[in-house]
Amino acid sequence: MNENCCQLLNIIDQTSFAMDDVLLFLDTHPCDQQALSYYQAMARARREAMDAYQSSCGPLMVDGVNSASGYWSWIQGPWPWEGGC
Amino acid sequence: MWRYEKRLQHPVNITTPNPQLAQFIASQYGGPDGEIAASMRYLSQRYAMPYDIGKAVLTDVGTEELAHMEMIAAIIHQLTKGLTAEQIAASGLGPYYIDHTNGIWPQAAGGVPMNACEFQSKGDPITDLFEDLAAEQKARTTYDNILRVVTDPEVCDPIRFLREREIVHFQRFGEALRAVQDHLDSRNFYALNPAFDNPAKTNAVTANASECSVCGG
Repeated sequence: MNENCCQLLNIIDQTSFAMDDVLLFLDTHPCDQQALSYYQAMARARREAMDAYQSSCGPLMVDGVNSASGYWSWIQGPWPWEGGC
Repeated sequence: MWRYEKRLQHPVNITTPNPQLAQFIASQYGGPDGEIAASMRYLSQRYAMPYDIGKAVLTDVGTEELAHMEMIAAIIHQLTKGLTAEQIAASGLGPYYIDHTNGIWPQAAGGVPMNACEFQSKGDPITDLFEDLAAEQKARTTYDNILRVVTDPEVCDPIRFLREREIVHFQRFGEALRAVQDHLDSRNFYALNPAFDNPAKTNAVTANASECSVCGG
């Protein structure tokens, strides 16, 4: 995978992890305003990085496949367990 | 329902195979305190949880465990990639190789197959949450044991990440347990099973949006 895609994936990993963590915190602290704004900021950062990655590097979600290319790129590796970035 | 996201929760990039380590780490895939058992435990227990906070924590931690299961499988896959039969036979992974070649199959480090008896779904929210708290600590201890025998930083990194998540999950389950107890009679939490004897009539203690001004203030 090219360097730019690896950088974008790294941002996706970080922002997604922030969401994984704040999600669990909010489950048990649903009134925490600071956590709610953190969630909002991370969700937005993740969305932006996901859009950038999926438009130039390939799909991460099945609704992010660019079918205009005339090819079902979902099947294209490397798959997550194969390493790469 | 679930949708696949085509990446790992935390990257796994192991360049040096090590079959013996693969055998050890396989326990966190299909072993007694492994990620499959964890996920199946929480996702199964959800249905007997009467309260919203508990339902959310069981669902979301159970979902994260699926991502951990995938990371562990990726670690085992990369640790066994490209080995010869001789290298595997010399490592202790030989018996596994005979049955599964380099395929991923859920078993404990000692070869015991994954089994639903490794977790419980008791139909009682307090009992289940205490099981969950114990499960997170047992998994944390297993990761500590693994970290003592790992020297490869490419393996340490994802294992440390997974160990840390056990601690966070333990914390969240503790909070969920407290939230469950807030619904019950503080003079005797065990007077009844709220999932069976007295189906929850309300979710009164669970804060909803209109109550945030109260609990926030």
